[in-house]
Parts: sequence; C-alpha cells; structure tokens
Amino acid sequence: MSLSFLEGLQFRRMDSPIHRLDPRAKFVIALSILGYAMLFTEVIPLIVGFAILLPLVFAAKVFRMWVRTIKGVLVLAILIFAINWLVTPDLAMAVGLALRFVLLVAAFSLFFLTTSPDDLGLALEQSGVPYELTFAFTTAIRFVPVLCREAQTIVDAQRSRGLELERGGLLKRIRNYLPILVPLVVGAIRRSVDLAEAMESRAWGVSEKRTSLYRLKMRGRDYLAILLSAAFFLLAMYVKLLSNQPLLPWLL
Amino acid sequence: MPVIEVDSLHYTYPNGVEALRGVSLSIERGEFVAIMGENGAGKTTLIKHFNGLLRPTKGCVRVDGVDTREASVAELSKKVGLVFQNPDSQLFSETVEEEIAFALRNFGFSEEVVEKRVRWALSLLGLEQYRTTSPFLLSGGERKRLALASVLAWDPDVVVLDEPTIGQDYGQKEKLMQFITQLNTQGKTVVVVTHDVEFVADCNPRVVLMAAGKIVADGHAREVLTNPQLLDEASLLSPQVAKVLHHLSDLGAPSSVIDLYEARDVLLRLLRRRGV
Repeated sequence: MSLSFLEGLQFRRMDSPIHRLDPRAKFVIALSILGYAMLFTEVIPLIVGFAILLPLVFAAKVFRMWVRTIKGVLVLAILIFAINWLVTPDLAMAVGLALRFVLLVAAFSLFFLTTSPDDLGLALEQSGVPYELTFAFTTAIRFVPVLCREAQTIVDAQRSRGLELERGGLLKRIRNYLPILVPLVVGAIRRSVDLAEAMESRAWGVSEKRTSLYRLKMRGRDYLAILLSAAFFLLAMYVKLLSNQPLLPWLL
Repeated sequence: MPVIEVDSLHYTYPNGVEALRGVSLSIERGEFVAIMGENGAGKTTLIKHFNGLLRPTKGCVRVDGVDTREASVAELSKKVGLVFQNPDSQLFSETVEEEIAFALRNFGFSEEVVEKRVRWALSLLGLEQYRTTSPFLLSGGERKRLALASVLAWDPDVVVLDEPTIGQDYGQKEKLMQFITQLNTQGKTVVVVTHDVEFVADCNPRVVLMAAGKIVADGHAREVLTNPQLLDEASLLSPQVAKVLHHLSDLGAPSSVIDLYEARDVLLRLLRRRGV
C-alpha cells in the first residue's frame, strides 16, 4: 500500500513562472477550473479542461508529482465511476463524473504544488483571516509530509505482524485499517500537545499586532492571470448556456 | 543454506532516492549480526527487504531459500520478525494481551495456541502484571518490551531489531542486551540495526558496516570497531574501551580489544610486566 498521492500536497521550493505568481492569483486559477468542472459532466469539455491545465503544469515543472497525485486518487475516481454506473446506467455520465473529480484534484494539486505554506498563510492573513486560523491551516499543511511518513511506517509495522490490508470482505477490509488508524491518530494527538507546548515556550501569541517581513503584492501578471481565469470561466458558462441543457444539473 | 541471502541488491525509492547500491550479504542460521552505519546509509531499507516490505529494484533477496518476490509479506514475516524502532508505530489494541495476540491471529494460530503463546511472551519479557492494561498506559521501556513480545510471540526463526537501544536508560539497555544475547544462544538468528557502538562492543557480534548504500566492511566487531579508517567512513566513533587502549598504545597496549573484561586483563598484564 502506498500513500504517495498525498505527495500532491507537498510543496517543494522551486522556481517557475507559476511558482512566482501571487498565491491569490493561483487560487483564482484553481477556482476557475473548479467552476468549469462543475459546469460540465460531459467527457469532452472535461478533457478540454485537462488540456488547458496541462500547459500550466508543464510551465510549473511539477508534472511528475502532479501525475503521482492523480494516480493516487484514481481508485476513488474508479469508485465514483462504479457507483454512478450502478445507480444510473448512463456510461458517459459515470465517466464524466469520475473525470470531473479527477480534474478538481488536478487543479488544486497544481495550486498546492506551486504555493509554499508561507505564501498561503500570508495570503490568508492579508485577506483578513485571523492569525490563529491561518496558523492552524498552514501548520496542518506543513505536517502532511510528517503524517505521511508516519502512516507508511505504521503500515510497514503492521504488515510485518501479518496484517493483510487487502484481505476479506468489505467490512473486514474497513476493520483492517483500525491497526493503522489508532497509532496514527494517537501519534498526531501526542504531537499536537508537544507542538502547543513548544509554541507556548516560545511565547506564541504575545504580540497583539503582528507585522510580517514579507508582504504579498499583486503585479501585472497576477492581474492578467485572474482576468484570463475569469474570462475562461465566463466563456465556459456562455457555452453551457448556449447548449440546450439545464444549467447546474447537479442541483436539480 | 543461509537463512537470509542478499545478492547484489539495488533499491531505489519511488521518489528517486537510490538507497541501496549493490549489497551482497549472507546470514547463517544462528548468527548474531549488527548492521551499523550513519543515518541514510541504507540500514533500515536493507532490513525491510528481509520480510518483503520492500522488493528489490535489482538483484535478489532469498529468505530460507525463497525469493522474496515470490512470497507475501505475511508469509515472510512468519519467518523473519521485524521489531520497529518506535513501539508507538504499532501499538493499537485495548489490552496488552490483545496486542500480542494480534499477530498470532493474523498468522492463523488456533485460539488454544494463541493463549499459550501470549502467556509465554508475557512472562518472557516480564509483562505478566500488565496483561489487561492498555498499552498506551505503559512506560516507554515497557512499550518497547511489549513491541518485542508481540513479535517474539510467534517464534520467528530470525528476529530483526531496528535501533533497540534508542531512548532506553542504561539499566534497560543492559537487560535488553542480556535478553538479546540469550535469544541468540538459544539458537535464534538475531539481526540488530544500531548506532550504539558501546552496545555492539558489549555484545560482540558480527558487524556489517554500511555507508552510502553499500557494505564497506563485514567482520568481527573487534576488527571492524577498531579500524579507524572504516569507522571514519561510516561516521562512527570507536568504543570507549578501544579509545582508552589506543591512548595507551605507547605502553604496548593492543589496539584490537573492545571487551571491557579483556581490556582489564590486558592492562593488568601490562602493569605487572612493569612491576607495579
């Protein structure tokens, strides 16, 4: 068993045109693709979505990591496909729903792969989110790799004790994860207590009004990226309205 | 036939890190082997091949003659018991006895045997009084012992311990050493991964020294741990006994002694010869 899909959430410091974009601009790009994916359940527009995303991924030089994330969620995508196909025997629809999910993950994977937790925190703070919340959020992201490593160690340890995750019926398989989850959660709670103590001993929260060394500043290219994303989404909306289907079919 | 046979093993992690670069090693039944070397030398990667957790990228690992690529982790683990460094990465049950029974049930022992083995393992590591206690309420040393008990319970032919002495106080370490030596004298093959030079000097096993994904030395502890060049290559310090004797080399003290009692005899002889 491999938890490599979580690597899609792990930022690596690199330099590329995408990395240099303001996190807010990058977020808008991801949001526009999210909006786009929500508009369509047909296969072709969703593939067009990938085609639009792909050059950005190449520009960001994160293709390999990005593919790994997608591979990781493939199981879930297949599950979505299978359930939908069983419920409504509409093959194209089932494929579309699975693809839509993958497109969503792909868009946000690009965002997280190219945005450092620090920048993300700054962006949140400058958008008026309270520092406590920002800090909790960035810390959570920062600890993803740690948790991943730990989960892998636990899986190894329990497999060494004869645990076979892929054995048994559905219920048994779910129960199989108990020996993994208990040590993982206990470890996470222990670590959070340690972290809180370490933070307090370094006087976390003493200064009421924080200032940051770095401030994010939107530049021309960031505005351009936002503009293009908005245009892309509006165009997609227009196409959707032109085609004779009801808008937002998932709400009906 | 060696119980574990590693033949020019290469292993590259999915993220591209080349952890093992041509390791060949053969461990005979009943041997006591310490695998040493600095962080990132590939020690843990190597032992994860012993029960099939990792499969060779290139080369071959055979356990009891069986290629690890052709057996499941569960099948291999029955022969090779791996005790992980941190007991907290495996403890999950509500009681100590359940924790020990977990692996036994996974391996399909009958309830009768499970009960017998649990009792045996509890007494082996002195945990009887904690039988119905939650593992999470035990002290660090006790948790470590429980992790060991939960592996020894199924009586694997080979016991592999990853950093058994980390986080243990001196008394616990001494007990652990006696225990491991005893296991070995009873015929079990023991493999220990460790940084602890003093621990190895006391146990005096065969030492396999690793650096940068390769084996750089393989021999008696007293030869490997007193070779300054090798120790330097693997970022290890020599044991204290060897250090003392090294500083006394102008008096004619030998440089290849790591055992405390042997060193005492050597020094006594030296002093007597000088008529002290």
